[in-house]
Amino acid sequence: MDISASQSIADGPVYTHRTVRLDDGLDLECGVHLAPLEIAYCTYGTLSPARDNAILVCHALTGDQYLAEQNPLTGKPGWWDRMVGPGLPIDTDRYFVVCSNVLGGCMGTTGPRSICAQTGKAWDSEFPPITMHDIVATQAKLIDYLGIDRLFAVIGGSMGGMQALTWAADFPDRVFAAMPIATSPFHSAQNIAFNEVSRQAIFADPDWHDGHYRDFDAIPARGLGVARMMAHITYLSEEALSRKFGRRVRHDAATAVPASSSPSLFGEMFEVESYLRHQGSTFVRRFDANSYLTITRAMDYFDLAAEHDGDLANPFRKSQTRFCVVSFSSDWLFPTSQSRLLVRALNRAGANVSFVEIESDRGHDAFLLDEPDFDRTIRGFINGAAEHAAFLAGER
Amino acid sequence: MRVDQRLIAEMIAPRARVLDVGSGDGTLIDYLYRTRSCDARGIEIDMQNVTQSVAHGLPVMHGDADHDLADYPDDTFDYVVLQRTLQAVERPREVLRQMLRIGRHAIVSFPNFGHWRLRLQLLTTGRMPMTSVWSTPWYSTPNIHPCTIRDFLLLCEEEGYVVQQWLAIDEDGARAPWRRSIRLANLFGEQAMFLLSRAGH
Repeated sequence: MDISASQSIADGPVYTHRTVRLDDGLDLECGVHLAPLEIAYCTYGTLSPARDNAILVCHALTGDQYLAEQNPLTGKPGWWDRMVGPGLPIDTDRYFVVCSNVLGGCMGTTGPRSICAQTGKAWDSEFPPITMHDIVATQAKLIDYLGIDRLFAVIGGSMGGMQALTWAADFPDRVFAAMPIATSPFHSAQNIAFNEVSRQAIFADPDWHDGHYRDFDAIPARGLGVARMMAHITYLSEEALSRKFGRRVRHDAATAVPASSSPSLFGEMFEVESYLRHQGSTFVRRFDANSYLTITRAMDYFDLAAEHDGDLANPFRKSQTRFCVVSFSSDWLFPTSQSRLLVRALNRAGANVSFVEIESDRGHDAFLLDEPDFDRTIRGFINGAAEHAAFLAGER
Repeated sequence: MRVDQRLIAEMIAPRARVLDVGSGDGTLIDYLYRTRSCDARGIEIDMQNVTQSVAHGLPVMHGDADHDLADYPDDTFDYVVLQRTLQAVERPREVLRQMLRIGRHAIVSFPNFGHWRLRLQLLTTGRMPMTSVWSTPWYSTPNIHPCTIRDFLLLCEEEGYVVQQWLAIDEDGARAPWRRSIRLANLFGEQAMFLLSRAGH
């Protein structure tokens, strides 16, 4: 990836992402017609001649399309490169894996940083409200563009799991298997509450400028950083924090508040504080505040049952999709109870469901970490589904 | 595969939709899928077994007979199987009702508490019997609802279930020759296996 230019602080460094531009655009649920529509994406592996081996991986709130390759912005490995690759559970020797930046994102897909065709200016905080359905409809346009009729599987964790569910609900004939991981069929009041605190932190930043911070060559870095710090706590667990940091104090003169002659309330810094500050400060370099607001709001709106007469089974009735629902025992952001609700609804719909709760003390983030049982579950479910797909193909 | 599981598999028609309640390590559903082209799914209470099953590509969900059958619509399955578990559920009668609501047939196996060794032990020692089939002491046994073959037949009669097939088997699952006499089967059969359907089928 080339760094084509380094613009102002507010734009951040600009990269050339692999992007498709669709001039006919997309009708959003809110009524706005968004055109042109640009979708940034990465692919791995080879699409089979029958075009039946495609797996769409959906990223979480602050993820991006750099699934299994170095992220050009952060220089870090792909966010799921321990899961996706040759011989790995999502095996790119067998499958054609697609991951795209979500609608409203800031890594190349149309979002608040994009230029509004009507005004000729960046959308910024005027970007229309979007929903999980809009996000998935955008992905469907990419899948159309790639010439794929039916996805072999849609897999995603957290907000990615919301997308996997939305795919199965909105395009039942285009999803052979769906794997919603560490997710929920609705965003809970508690999660909306956390998002609201995040948003208020951004709004309270003097550099927010009502969302037009780029006109002032500024970014609401403190607000966005605090938002990230708080959100990051919800991705972990008390056990994980205790194990990782305990009550240890950091004896690093460079990061601690300088000791003065008089005793200071914040003369020392706990390791957990230092860690969170680091999380906050690295995040603001790679993520746009308006994107954060747009996407968190899309999560808040998510409630599949409410859209289907209050019965979560309704969108999945007659579904032929094979589901594998996975939760993690210490995930308190998307607890097992919400996965179980989903599983029960899928049973009411008579769908084919596997459901596993993985024992882990690492909280919500466990789906991104090394959990051998989880790896085996993903690999097994995909292999089982592939066997079944071949079985059905042989029947035809 | 255990011999009694093979007997269960023999009762199931090819290409049937099957739910195995208490699917353990998934042996039966794997067999039904591979050799009989069945759409076979499992419910299992032990998470390690669930993970192992899903890791083998089998559609298994974590759940149990008492709480997770009520969700399925009527007639979702051709067969609902409950192996060696009836005596350990909270509400056996309700579980049977659910099985025969969501499935056209139910296949139930359970250890027979009417076996002569149990009767003899209770009679001679005056203590709760312990055998290789009933191997846990009374204070820690998961088997909270033991019954005999006659008890089970009586329940089927009360509930209006049709016994399409039944057999008594020994501990290893081999068929025992007591097919003609319920009285003898109840005395000499260590386990029993029933194929039931709703009245009117």
